Amino acid sequence: MLKLVKISLRNLFRYKRRTLLTMSLITIGVAFVLVFVSVTASFKAMMVGEITDSMLGHIQIHRKGYVASIDNLPLNLNLNPRSWHKVEQVLTDMPEVEAYSPRIKFGGVFSNFIESTNIRLNAVDPEKELATVPLLASRFRSANNTIRQGEILVPELLAKGMNVEVGDVAVVVATNEDGSVNGYQFTVGGIVRSVTGPGGRDGYIHIEDGRQILRLEEPEISEVAIRLKKLDALESVEGRLQETLGREKNPKGKPAFEIHTWKKLTPFFNVVRMIDIMTFFIKLMLIAIVLISVMNVMIMAVYERTREIGTIAAIGTLPGRILSMFVIEGLSLGLLGAVSGTVLGSLAIVIMNAFKIRFNFGRAEGLILNASLNPVDILTIGLIVVAVAVLAGFRPAFQASRLEPIEALRHI
Amino acid sequence: MDVVAAENVGKDYAAGKVTVRALEGVSFRIAAGSFVSFVGPSGSGKTTLLNLIGCLDRPTRGTLSVAGTDVARLDRRRGALFRGQNIGFIFQDFNLIPVLTVYENVEYPLVMVRGVDIKDRRDKVTKLIEEVGIGAERNKYPDQLSGGQKQRVAVARALVTSPGLVLADEPTANLDSRTAAMIIGLMKKMRDNLGTTFIFSTHDMRIVDTAEVIHTLQDGKLTSTVKTNAKKKGEQNAEAG
Repeated sequence: MLKLVKISLRNLFRYKRRTLLTMSLITIGVAFVLVFVSVTASFKAMMVGEITDSMLGHIQIHRKGYVASIDNLPLNLNLNPRSWHKVEQVLTDMPEVEAYSPRIKFGGVFSNFIESTNIRLNAVDPEKELATVPLLASRFRSANNTIRQGEILVPELLAKGMNVEVGDVAVVVATNEDGSVNGYQFTVGGIVRSVTGPGGRDGYIHIEDGRQILRLEEPEISEVAIRLKKLDALESVEGRLQETLGREKNPKGKPAFEIHTWKKLTPFFNVVRMIDIMTFFIKLMLIAIVLISVMNVMIMAVYERTREIGTIAAIGTLPGRILSMFVIEGLSLGLLGAVSGTVLGSLAIVIMNAFKIRFNFGRAEGLILNASLNPVDILTIGLIVVAVAVLAGFRPAFQASRLEPIEALRHI
Repeated sequence: MDVVAAENVGKDYAAGKVTVRALEGVSFRIAAGSFVSFVGPSGSGKTTLLNLIGCLDRPTRGTLSVAGTDVARLDRRRGALFRGQNIGFIFQDFNLIPVLTVYENVEYPLVMVRGVDIKDRRDKVTKLIEEVGIGAERNKYPDQLSGGQKQRVAVARALVTSPGLVLADEPTANLDSRTAAMIIGLMKKMRDNLGTTFIFSTHDMRIVDTAEVIHTLQDGKLTSTVKTNAKKKGEQNAEAG
């Protein structure tokens, strides 16, 4: 076998210029795909992180029908204490769950005593909320980076429009589920930077203040945001939640809960999918490059070495050996291209990271692109290249092995 | 014992819509260890006959037995196996593998065809390339050799598997007369040393009389078979080489 590989490699480098040109093509293709994959993966990770860690969480649980009406923030679709208790029980038993945060979401009127406007508010337990969406703290422009009782964190656009500053006094008026209107006076505890995505322009108050303003006698909540220890477990945790909570019925015999991952809650998932589709097509282009270039080299090799094939066949080399010889040439070409492409791609990524390329996503500015190569991507792309190279070499190799020695020896 | 036995062998080729009769009613026998030539002008059927004996082609008519095997019945794979076990080839254009050194070219059939282990290979190849007089060139590539040296490598490669039969199609056609005589002398010397049957085709009158048996072909038919007393001359040529 070693002799076969040795002969194949020597044959491959017999036409140095052609082999090196083809190898360069594969190398550049692999390097380009690796850079593209790592940059898009980094961009995706930052984008998903910005969305889930600033506001959304990885998974959300609501009462059935809530998400369809989420624009109205319907109080009559809150989870009752019994349901909330059930959710808490399930989440406590799941080792993959890092944190969860109950939220009361409602709409109201915000007034600074000079003018008033609509406001959407999240009433949260600050400790649980910051554990569930850790980037939330980075959005606060206040002295203490938390949410205290009696204080309101005002969305930055609203604060700017109404000239509200930290320390000002404001009133929030809201209508509760029973229809009674209640007012509550807050001190502006901070300004919240807006983020792209659903709920990205909401204000924050303490969950106890939320209960008081809505006069909730029982601890109802609108949604539970969940953070997982590893995002890879998203689908499996969702599946288990569907199995446990999804089977729960309300007194009318209909499903009591609805469970959504971040993918179903934000339109930015479509951007992620588009990136994945682009990556797929880039990989297809790589396959085409490898297929055509290797096939071209191998067809030429068989044509140019027809007499040689006739000679080795005449002296008794079995067709399978001849086939192997050419397949190994294709495989070597793919392997060398994949390895050198990986080295070149890694180098390009290191250089790119050294330049600290910045970009903006929504209202988040100056995010630094931190591209890194995933071993799975390297392995996948390497395997694709090698497999396609073997495939491309197989047809000419088969043709070589089927040549009649007498015909091949007559070839000029 | 006969190494080759041909009985009314015929071979037709299709050239477009025309059928060309390349060989017709050829019958002969070749004894083991003999040094035989097929002579005749171009187009007389020498190469066709050698291709049939070498199992590179199949006869259209008649029976052809090589080393006791009816070669017409061999399929592609069994034909390759048979050639690897029984026949060595020497080509007019040497047909050495350009990416292999002299040593590796001679070693090739032992590795790729016979699967001989490395120690036996080393012993056999080293001995043989010394015998054919190219020991000093063992690490050179074919493009660094003269025509005579290339053909010596080809002779060594043909003999390395110790075949019962070596076929040489116009082995001296690309060589000058002195080198041609040396190569024929070498082939004869190897026959004497190893007992291998050598069959070669030629239309080169300078070397025809070196064969012990000369079969003459004309228009695809065997016209004469002559036994000569060429043994002594061959030995003299080998010594000169």
